Amino acid sequence: MLDLLLRALLGGLGVAAVAGPLGAFVVWRRMAYFGDTLAHSALLGVALGFLLDINLNLAIIVLCVGLALVLVTLQKKHIIATDTLLGILAHSALSLGLVAVSFLDNIRIDLMAYLFGDLLAINQADVYWIYGGGLAVITLLVTFWKPLLAVTVNEELAKVEGYPVEAIRLLLMLLVALVIAVAMKIVGVLLITSLMIIPAATARKLSKTPVQMASFASLIGCLSVCGGLWASYRWDTPTGPSVVVCAALLFLVAYTLPFKRLS
Amino acid sequence: MSKRLVAFDKIGISFDGRVLLENIDMTISEGEIVTLIGPNGSGKSTLIRTLLGLQEATSGEVVRHKTLRIGYMPQKLHIDPTLPLTVKHFLALVRGVDKQQILPTLEKLGIGHLLQSQVHVLSGGETQRVLLARALLNRPNLLVLDEPVQGVDVNGQVELYNLIEGIRNELNCGVLMVSHDLHLVMAKTDTVVCINQHVCCSGSPQHVTGHPAYQALFGVPGADESIAIYAHQHDHVHDEHGSILSDGGDAHSHDHSQCNHH
Repeated sequence: MLDLLLRALLGGLGVAAVAGPLGAFVVWRRMAYFGDTLAHSALLGVALGFLLDINLNLAIIVLCVGLALVLVTLQKKHIIATDTLLGILAHSALSLGLVAVSFLDNIRIDLMAYLFGDLLAINQADVYWIYGGGLAVITLLVTFWKPLLAVTVNEELAKVEGYPVEAIRLLLMLLVALVIAVAMKIVGVLLITSLMIIPAATARKLSKTPVQMASFASLIGCLSVCGGLWASYRWDTPTGPSVVVCAALLFLVAYTLPFKRLS
Repeated sequence: MSKRLVAFDKIGISFDGRVLLENIDMTISEGEIVTLIGPNGSGKSTLIRTLLGLQEATSGEVVRHKTLRIGYMPQKLHIDPTLPLTVKHFLALVRGVDKQQILPTLEKLGIGHLLQSQVHVLSGGETQRVLLARALLNRPNLLVLDEPVQGVDVNGQVELYNLIEGIRNELNCGVLMVSHDLHLVMAKTDTVVCINQHVCCSGSPQHVTGHPAYQALFGVPGADESIAIYAHQHDHVHDEHGSILSDGGDAHSHDHSQCNHH
């Protein structure tokens, strides 16, 4: 039992630590809906992974990156407003995923676990995936921190100064896709974006610089995971949603208590 | 002989068959301040974006000197309020910046005290100076300034133009400026280029203000001080409007002539 909890805690903390800084970028660039769309499509990745018998994490990453590329291409063509486009893709991908899963008669999938996460079901291999993927995300974030931030602050200035704007934008999408793939086990496709956005939004209240906000977001995410796990253990509540509820409570506390906003 | 930094060679730009710019020829040399004027929608910003590589020309080409290094000051700065950012951090984002230069550059522009301020709380004039600092930190030999005095009061405008002239004198860089306001900018400018889809007229400020095409767009200098600030939206015919203006000579007759025209 203790083993199980410890593994869950380790996995949860790993995910929260990377979701925080990336969530900051999602908030700054107003990509929340974009993140949702990628997350929803992750279920389709799971179905395809089972159908083609390939590693699920890999299937999710490939599908998310593919979808991100399709999105960027369609966005450039200005066929339809971006939010509409995202809405169409998000829900079509989710539905397609649900339909595809229903075709897998010989495999039993715990759909609830994929939709809302099941932190207590993670195994040793999952923990390795989380830390491997997480390390890759953090390394890329740290290495490309300045260009990522420059492009986020003002794309035109960045371009004039010679930053490879398109490549950086793509990198950010790739990172979001990676985080979604590793975080899915913990909070599920429907709640992943919340683990990125809520801690980042809470951290905004306490930060003066982008680095501060990214670090606080990590910390607040980790706190939420601890609190959620504890609640789940104590009252037998579903783990994923408990983590999100905990994050939301921290957000409420940060914005209702009379902290002096540091900016 | 000063180095020619940029030459526009018959630049044309159109969108979905709508012509924004046609046949633009223009050059900017080292140490030269060129001011681009024209009414709203005349293509000033589009032309600048072409130079910056943010916009492809449909025809013609921009010939850049191989040493060209641009410092760009955009019209305004929008930074999402969810992004906490001090002036120092904003300026440290310049690619390959020498961080030791950040404070001296701010001090040169008279805003050293803003180093630790959040970018969201700056006034219009302070924002413009921070943007100018960012342009300078890119170590440019050409400054491209898109309406550098926007949102700044008249005294502040004079100061900013003085600063820009001082920078030109110090660095001997070229300066390309977009401006609506003609009075203040004139004294600091070597060359004025007046465009409205095409180049209407260009040359020294004295030459341009005396040109009928300029007067058709901006009125006769001295006839009514206020009119020069207002850019007319009407498409124009050089000779006709020019001659009406030189006959009438004041703002009101000018306005009426345009009303009748429609």
